[in-house]
Amino acid sequence: MGLLVAGGVWFVLQRGMLQVVFGFVLLSHAVNVLMLSAGGTDRRGVPFVGRGDPAATADPLPQAFVLTAIVIAFGITVYLLALVRAERSGDADGPGDRGDLADDPAPASSGRSAPAQQKVRAGGAGTHPTGGAP
Amino acid sequence: MSATLLVVPVAAPLAAAGALVLAARRAPGGFSLLMRTVGWGATSLVLVVAVVLLAAALDGGIATLRLGGWPPGIAIVLVADVLSAVLLAVTSALVLASLAFAAATGEDEGYFVPLALVLSTGVYGALLTGDLFNLFVFVEVMLVPSYVLLVAAGGARRLAAGRRYLAVNLLASTLFLAGVGLLYGVTGTVNLGELAGAASVPAVGVAGAVLMVALAVKAAVVPLHSWLPGSYAAAGPAVVVLFSGLLTKVGVYALVRVYSVVFDGDQRWLWLIMAAGVTTMVVGVLGAVGEGSMRSVLTFHMVSQIGYMVVGLALFTTAGLAAGIFFLVQYVLVKAALLMCAGAVEVGYGTDELHRLRGLGRREPALAVAFGISALALVGVPPLSGFVAKLYLLDAVLHEAHYVAAAAIAGVSFLTLTSMLKVWNAVFTQPAPGPGGPGAAAAAGAEEPARHGAHVAVAAPAGPRTGVRPVLVAPAVVLAALAVVLGIWAEPLLTVAEEAARGLVDTTAYVTAVTSP
Repeated sequence: MGLLVAGGVWFVLQRGMLQVVFGFVLLSHAVNVLMLSAGGTDRRGVPFVGRGDPAATADPLPQAFVLTAIVIAFGITVYLLALVRAERSGDADGPGDRGDLADDPAPASSGRSAPAQQKVRAGGAGTHPTGGAP
Repeated sequence: MSATLLVVPVAAPLAAAGALVLAARRAPGGFSLLMRTVGWGATSLVLVVAVVLLAAALDGGIATLRLGGWPPGIAIVLVADVLSAVLLAVTSALVLASLAFAAATGEDEGYFVPLALVLSTGVYGALLTGDLFNLFVFVEVMLVPSYVLLVAAGGARRLAAGRRYLAVNLLASTLFLAGVGLLYGVTGTVNLGELAGAASVPAVGVAGAVLMVALAVKAAVVPLHSWLPGSYAAAGPAVVVLFSGLLTKVGVYALVRVYSVVFDGDQRWLWLIMAAGVTTMVVGVLGAVGEGSMRSVLTFHMVSQIGYMVVGLALFTTAGLAAGIFFLVQYVLVKAALLMCAGAVEVGYGTDELHRLRGLGRREPALAVAFGISALALVGVPPLSGFVAKLYLLDAVLHEAHYVAAAAIAGVSFLTLTSMLKVWNAVFTQPAPGPGGPGAAAAAGAEEPARHGAHVAVAAPAGPRTGVRPVLVAPAVVLAALAVVLGIWAEPLLTVAEEAARGLVDTTAYVTAVTSP
């Protein structure tokens, strides 16, 4: 766990956004391990229903917590990667018009992929919105 | 009866948001009216529920709901005491106002309304939950849409701001989760009721301290504030109104709740909180004095005002907490009004930079009045709401003989006045320079790459900027009027705040409500 944290911190302090994303993945793994160990998995048995004495098995509640935490961390990691992609694409200051999302024939299933989506559309409406102001 | 109502603030906005996303996929065009109606409907419902819960809580009955019928300790507990209920009411009112403002600026195209609804779900859930892990989950539910709202309108500046905002918040969330894990490892529970006073054991105290630090990041307490001014100044005008009233306030609420329940208001650490509060006030206001656009001045003030609430917590007397809660409630409304004024200027004239605007006082009298009143309320001029809040806070601080904090409260108010005068002078009073006036100045400014290009284009597509439409000013005027009402007729809210503070100083009722089957 210490290794995970150390690696995570080192990565987060790097310049590139992708490295930062890796750093956060490591950090969230470290915390998940911490959370899991809070249930006493190191000194107690496996918590299966109907097997073994409840007093001798690990607390299953942290495992449920970690499951939730993993889902959240995964979703945010994907969003971070979308941000990286939007920046890499070089037209990050693309259309900037939220209406684009609504007009799109196949809108993104959730707002999360908005930056990636805009990147795709940037080619068409790529002029800066205020560029033509009088 | 009121216990079942507790589900509504969490379920209604989430269900509405889901339904809206589905509807948007079916019928891509012409659903913005539907979106607005459903968004307002769901939020109004929450407001009504919040008022009912508040009435019930004031009668002494703390509504508790154990979801799924699990035994205490495992079940997800929702609980509404006076503090939760009053904040629920204020935040839902603010969501209503910002939805109205977003409709006026045209920002609520696309997925704004569903995202705002999901965000508000997280806020309501965080206010109502009686369980630390669920606090984490609800805070994440609140943050994820906020990441999207911040960058969704595009623009390199917003992407950069979004990156910083996301990184800081993700780190804070990870830290928070680590704190929850440590706390569970030491105590075997994350239920706030069962954790009551547990922090007197040193190991639990350390775990709780990790939580407090993570929450301090969320609340933007100095020295952990630096993510706020940059990212808020880059967001869209309606988005920033929504953020200002919700995100950091949840952090402040959680700080207050965790400290009062888990630490049981431990006197030993109050000096630390006091120091953080005073530093936050001073640093925030000094940052604001140096800023050059309406919005960045206002966002730095946000940091400063959080300091006032933290000072209220640091006193940990009934009077101090009551003053802090009163301050929080009135501040959410006043700050939203100010940000709406800044947003209206930005949408109407294409910029909110102070040196590009002047003479708006004559052109936009309603806006000038709304801004003036709310700015004075923020400063704390009688008879407005900020005066009552600051007076009570000052009184409570002096009662505890914290003279440095008292001096800071007075001095920071003065500096707030200075920076507000700077904004007022630059934007509203100077005479309009000939024909075209501020519009011309703004148009000249637009030739350079405009910072907030995206939504300006939405609001005024390729025409001469016509100034601020009345519908943009209306929400700000309503909120500014509330500031006057709360100032003159402060008694009811003060009673509520005192009741809430009593519940924090003596947490027995809350703890019993959370733990009892």
